[in-house]
Amino acid sequence: MAVVTEPKSSDELITIEKTSDQLNTITLRIARSNPSEGHETTYSEFKVPVKKWTTVLEAILYVKQNLDHAVAVRYSCRQASCGSCGMKINGKPSLACYTKVSELHSNVITVEPMNNFPIIRDLAVDFKQLISNHKKMKPFIIREDSEVTPESKEFSQTPKDLEKFLQFSYCIKCGLCNSACPTMATDTSFIGPQGLAQAYRYVADNRDKGKEDRLKIVDDSHGIWRCHFAGSCSHVCPKGVDPAMAIQLLRGYLLGFQK
Amino acid sequence: MVRQFYLVIKMRESIIMKIHYGTALGAVVLVAVHILMRMTQNFGQSLQYQNVIANYHFLPYALMLEVVLILLSVHGFNGLRVILLELKQGSSYEKMVNYGSIVAMAILIAYGSRTILMAGMGIS
Repeated sequence: MAVVTEPKSSDELITIEKTSDQLNTITLRIARSNPSEGHETTYSEFKVPVKKWTTVLEAILYVKQNLDHAVAVRYSCRQASCGSCGMKINGKPSLACYTKVSELHSNVITVEPMNNFPIIRDLAVDFKQLISNHKKMKPFIIREDSEVTPESKEFSQTPKDLEKFLQFSYCIKCGLCNSACPTMATDTSFIGPQGLAQAYRYVADNRDKGKEDRLKIVDDSHGIWRCHFAGSCSHVCPKGVDPAMAIQLLRGYLLGFQK
Repeated sequence: MVRQFYLVIKMRESIIMKIHYGTALGAVVLVAVHILMRMTQNFGQSLQYQNVIANYHFLPYALMLEVVLILLSVHGFNGLRVILLELKQGSSYEKMVNYGSIVAMAILIAYGSRTILMAGMGIS
């Protein structure tokens, strides 16, 4: 286990603002592994100076910039829009850029790769299956006519129609819901809450005509019926999407309660 | 027969689950009737040989027991199939689980029906 202490000189503080006189120090434990080279998971500990608004991603980037350049982490927007920096923070799947160190109420923060995803290295996981399941759901409006021709008008949609699916269109494909899903932990072929919520998003859209296609795709032995309604997907979603509800509503279509 | 077996295997999951929920509801109602019937006499008496045999000789009750047997077998083995499918994945494994649960279900229903029929006819 590598233990690296904080830099002695304040000039070395790159990510964390230097002007604050209220720098606290936390211990950041980062799970390190490289399955392609057969390395088992170990934890590296780093002392990181933080302020009350420092996010976990900033703490990790501080480590990358100052203490260990080799830490593998995926990130991009730093504002909970791209869905790249999903990881387990103190055991809970969260976005690193959207989780402040101060809200964890702990001086020791453990970051690990998300569950139910193959690990590429350290905190970076492989999103291939998530993206493939997302694509399988045909995440686009299916209909014969188009609203982009000069003769056609845009498809009408009332605010009430929009309300039916709006929250599900906020999905950023971060994979936290799939990581928290207990079914995905054992059933590797399960579509997952992300894909199912996206299927509902388009099925419930009044402009879409591809309902039958999508219902056929989710009505599989590893599809919608394998959800146990644990609700952990909805609990961890950083965008307030409720995939568990989407799955129940989608079941309504298959059972004939919804048309 | 083979074609029907194939149709059962290829049934859409939503139809299987409708059967699953339906058999659960049916079993809850009929088992409740069964328990209420047991309460017409005390528990010890209801298990006496003559009383048990009398149940099978009373045709409506024997038919109800047959229906309970079918409902519980279908529901139980489908539940087991679902658990096994979640436990492990793979084409040949899933085929084995699907076929295996149907065969086990049929065997249990056949064996239970044989018991109900023989007891009803007074063969022991």
